[in-house]
Amino acid sequence: MKHYWFLDNAWLIPLIPAISYFVILLFGKRFGERAAWIGLASIGSAWVLACGTVVQWISHVNASEHGGEPGGEHGAVETIRAFGRSIKLAAEGASAGGEGHASFVANPIIHSTTWFQNNGFKLDVGIHIDGLAVMMLFVVTTISLLVHFYSTEYLKGDRRFNHYFAALSLFSASMLFLVVASNTLQLLVGWELVGLCSFMLIGHWWEEKPNSNAALKAFLTTRTGDIGLLAGVIMTFFVVQRYTGTGSFDITQVNQAAIGLSLDGNSKSLLFWCAAALLLAIIGKSGQFPLHTWLPDAMAGPTPVSALIHAATMVVAGVYLGARVYPIFHEGLNIGDGGINLMAAVGGATLLVGAGLAFVQNDIKKVLAYSTISQLGYMVMGLGVGAWSAAIFHLFTHAFFKANLFLGAGSVSHSGAHHSFDMKNDMGGLRKFMPKTFATFMIGTAALIGVPLTAGFFSKDEILATASANEYTFFKYVGLLGAVMTAAYMTRCVYLTFFGEYRGGHADHGDAHDSHAAHTADGDDHGHDHGHAASNDHGHDANGGPHESNFPILGPLYFLSFMSIFAGWIFAPMLHHIFHWEIFEKFPLWVDPHVGSRGFPILEHPEFAWIDPILATAAGVVGVTLAYLFYWRKAYGQNITERNGALGAGKKLLVNKYYLDVLYTDVIVGATKGPIAQAAYWVNQNVIDNVLRYTGKGAAGAAKFVYKYIDQKGVDGIYNGSAAGTSALGGLSSKLQTGRLQYYALLVLFLLSAVAFAVVITN
Amino acid sequence: MATGFDAWVLTLTTFTPIVGLALVLLIPKVEEELIKIVTLATTVLTLGFALYVLYYFDYDHTAKLQFEVKKTWIEVINSNYHIGVDGISLPMLVLSAFVTVLCVIYSWNHFPEPHNVKAFLALILLLEVGMNGTFIAQDLILFFIFFEIVLLPMYFMIGVWGGPNREYASIKFFLFTLFGSALMLLAFLAIYFKTGINTFDIPDLIAADKSRITHGVQLIIFGGMFLGFAIKVPMFPFHTWLPDAHTEAPTVGSVLLAAILLKLGTYGFIRIALPILPEAAKSWAPWIGLLAVIGIIYGALGCLAQTDMKRLIAFSSVAHMGYVMLGISSLTAFGINAAVFGMVAHGLITGMLFFIAGSVQHTFHTREMSRLGGLLTQAPKMGWILGFCSMASLGLPGLAGFWGEFPAILSVFQPADGLNVAVFRTYMVIAAIGTVLAAGYLLWMLQKVAFGTPKDEWKDHHIHDVGTAEWIAWLPMLVLILVLGVVPGLMFKTTDDAVKTIVKAFPSTQTAPVKSHEPQAEHGDDAGTEHSEGDGTDHAPAESEHSGG
Repeated sequence: MKHYWFLDNAWLIPLIPAISYFVILLFGKRFGERAAWIGLASIGSAWVLACGTVVQWISHVNASEHGGEPGGEHGAVETIRAFGRSIKLAAEGASAGGEGHASFVANPIIHSTTWFQNNGFKLDVGIHIDGLAVMMLFVVTTISLLVHFYSTEYLKGDRRFNHYFAALSLFSASMLFLVVASNTLQLLVGWELVGLCSFMLIGHWWEEKPNSNAALKAFLTTRTGDIGLLAGVIMTFFVVQRYTGTGSFDITQVNQAAIGLSLDGNSKSLLFWCAAALLLAIIGKSGQFPLHTWLPDAMAGPTPVSALIHAATMVVAGVYLGARVYPIFHEGLNIGDGGINLMAAVGGATLLVGAGLAFVQNDIKKVLAYSTISQLGYMVMGLGVGAWSAAIFHLFTHAFFKANLFLGAGSVSHSGAHHSFDMKNDMGGLRKFMPKTFATFMIGTAALIGVPLTAGFFSKDEILATASANEYTFFKYVGLLGAVMTAAYMTRCVYLTFFGEYRGGHADHGDAHDSHAAHTADGDDHGHDHGHAASNDHGHDANGGPHESNFPILGPLYFLSFMSIFAGWIFAPMLHHIFHWEIFEKFPLWVDPHVGSRGFPILEHPEFAWIDPILATAAGVVGVTLAYLFYWRKAYGQNITERNGALGAGKKLLVNKYYLDVLYTDVIVGATKGPIAQAAYWVNQNVIDNVLRYTGKGAAGAAKFVYKYIDQKGVDGIYNGSAAGTSALGGLSSKLQTGRLQYYALLVLFLLSAVAFAVVITN
Repeated sequence: MATGFDAWVLTLTTFTPIVGLALVLLIPKVEEELIKIVTLATTVLTLGFALYVLYYFDYDHTAKLQFEVKKTWIEVINSNYHIGVDGISLPMLVLSAFVTVLCVIYSWNHFPEPHNVKAFLALILLLEVGMNGTFIAQDLILFFIFFEIVLLPMYFMIGVWGGPNREYASIKFFLFTLFGSALMLLAFLAIYFKTGINTFDIPDLIAADKSRITHGVQLIIFGGMFLGFAIKVPMFPFHTWLPDAHTEAPTVGSVLLAAILLKLGTYGFIRIALPILPEAAKSWAPWIGLLAVIGIIYGALGCLAQTDMKRLIAFSSVAHMGYVMLGISSLTAFGINAAVFGMVAHGLITGMLFFIAGSVQHTFHTREMSRLGGLLTQAPKMGWILGFCSMASLGLPGLAGFWGEFPAILSVFQPADGLNVAVFRTYMVIAAIGTVLAAGYLLWMLQKVAFGTPKDEWKDHHIHDVGTAEWIAWLPMLVLILVLGVVPGLMFKTTDDAVKTIVKAFPSTQTAPVKSHEPQAEHGDDAGTEHSEGDGTDHAPAESEHSGG
């Protein structure tokens, strides 16, 4: 096989930012604010390498497709599937040669070296580079690069500028380490490090309690999901052991074992539990219902970090895990069967739950956060309904338009709203002041709500089309309903931010940033980015009014806007249907795993049908229209939620986030920290300790009795009870009061029992 | 048997501190600097011997006893001066010598009241004899004596240099341990008489045929050892001495207690109880596992209820040692490897946390977390180190704590043959839940102590950040936490073979693979593959219940 330098050396990609982390951390002070350029340079080189992998992977796929290793895969398809339940799939997979992708093998590039060995168990560390990994490398490095660049302006003058860039480097490095992982344990390592970095960055301004609370909440909630990850990764090891006899975390082996074991009736439960455990991990990390509550709070971090967390790192790690060991889910949860399954249900529920919450937010970042939850729901649902390629494609496009929206929101806040994110009080009418930000934000919004020909349109459409093709009709309608809601809440968000009258700049913001600490403290409806050492660092704030941002902020927005449209065109069945250009269906060719049906379930791509885009567009139009009437025109009057009981109750439920935060923070965490911990400690101090104390007291009492009545009165009494005896008794009782003697007595008792023990044994 | 210097090096590692102790006693009390220097020189020399062992250890034969010496000692009871190290004792021995040096360095300018430098350092030297000796002893009587030597210096260290409640704590510590030791000694005696070969030699006893001892008696003997070791570990419900001892002990005492003394218990299980009485171990294992997971959850809950930083760290030891014991209870090579790793990792990480708690107390004169806050602003270096150690303690991959925790949890998914799989998998889930609680209490501590802004009472104080002595004492530990986290193979390579020898008594067959090399045509034949999971492994707990007579 040909050698591909960039693919073979993909391990450099996580390594470079990791080195940058240590350099900034150790020598950052010496560089001052120039430390940012170290981070920028490192992620820039990583990006170049990632682009190299993209180019080489594409040529690898092309080479494999034409004259590569063809070899009886169709035969294998039939053999392996003939005994499973998915005969339908196999038949279609063989006949639906329309794509022809399933019929060649493009092996992933795998290199690994032994990390350590421990009794019959070798842990490798290495790279597993295939289309999925290459796609992720590209997305992560691209978004990270833009975020680095943007941050040089956005965080200028921050009190911990260097730490910020160090953490950003480590964040990217961990995520890239996770992406290239060749085994599930390595993936777990990257996963936890990503969690650590998000903890550091969300809590970047840890002086204020709400920020450190948010950081803790993020870490602990995802850590709850990690119970599933620990158990699930352990089970992947035993899945392989069940199949081959030797356990392994190796991803290729895990996938093969899952496919192989699915035919073995006895292993069904192992696969199911493994899938369920890993699904719990995804729920925690990717903000799925019901563990999504940390994600909106994570807005406490600086805005560029939010963009990075929501677009390219952290939350997509969960989806990536789902895609990585997809056979486990596919076989464990019977995804091929249609109807309903756990993964699709979790995704579908999240999609609606997140979208619903986005309606009642006044903080622009929180609207976007809930929209991320909802979009992640699409991805997980996509995986759950067998739309692997579409879900991954949605991850790909979402990364661009969501980063676009977040950075846009940052720009609005930075230059237009005095570092506030409150749409109702500090924004409005900004399109006049910041036309460029407005334009890019509108493009991002268009992609998010799925305006035809934008990236989000194609990716969302593909999920829904595949859902119906795989007989998940119910989830197709869930997705459409979600599309209506998405269109509606984004219309509201855009209206509040950019249209109407400018509401910012009232008196209490005249005194700039001094009041920000108070603002942050008063609850989660006011997010502020306020890491600046002093307000006079900002020359441009002096003129008070909202204005356009400068290039380090706008540049990334331009690029992301471009991608928000055109990233979708590499998997656009509609355009392919019209124009028949190959470029419109390249994504599945490049990204789908071409490892044969023994290594991965057969992925189907439905034939294009006009009904899908028409339905999706109609959903968007309905959503926009409703929101336009409701918020913009106020067609139902100002305060409908106050006049109508049912709607009012609905709003209250949403404002209170379905009371999940109450359940988690007050009930579960509160109880664990409070009553349960206190009770355990009380038991410790009063029961366990007292058992000993009273045993001791009892023994002391017995000793006292023996001394007083037998020794003194009986034996010693003969000698008329001397004064010395009495005083000794007094001393004894006073010692008893201090509690010290009880322990000596306890010892006596113990020794007695020990003697008894000895007697038992030796006889 | 070793010859030349090799025959002496372990003896030197153990008894050099005695020489130092004698010198210290000869120096007048007022010559504090000289005393410190002599002590430091002694411990460094001891560490040098330990490093010699580390360097010349034959890593290809870690199961074999090396630097072995066997000399007649108490002929009348056939007890020998038999010493040696294998892959399990080596890391513990080095850790012990290493931590002692760092403790002496830290003590340089952190002497607790009533300051008596001479007595304090003399006790540390005596302590070191006991600690090092325990890890090299290959004879039960020798082991017992070293095990007991440790008791006295620690008792005085807590009782004299401790906090306000020191008397209560020191006596509690002393009596608990002594009680355990008494039963342990009886168990040793029982072994001596019952095996019929009249020896205290550990390798001989491991090799001996124990079929003469009925299962019931084996269970009781194991029970005696169990109490002795479990109290030292400490396992729930024998742990109550630990929070008190830690809370009251001076910083260095806490560090030594956490880093080394607790490990004497777990080491005893691995070195003595398991290999000598494998049958009984198998019957006890589910119960040990049960107490271990109770300890994990219970210790974590105890942490959450604390307001005193040091007491919180003390309770966290209960939880962390739960993971170690869980690994041991799986009776698999995997689990015991994890346990040894966990012992070293916990020693380093919790030792560091106690160092920090000590320095916090030294600076703020309080450990009440409600009065602390903003450490990261006032003493950023110490704050960062606290964050680093918290992360290590909660088992972040890439730092040492993870490799004790994760493999231990993994090992109970498939414990040794004959153990009830369902029970152990339940333990696995509970242990995994424990990791969340661990993250909870450590991060809350971090939030209260390090984040936020300094409380008003400290606003105007000038707070000393990490000083030179602290850097010298801490840096090696921090580096080791990172190095072992990144290259866990360093430890696993050392322990693996030795551990395998120990678990030979616990055969662990793996499930027959499902895969056949043909295409899956006859997969129906594999229908029986999962049977090893469900069948009759329930007897083990039941048996130990009936064994009272």
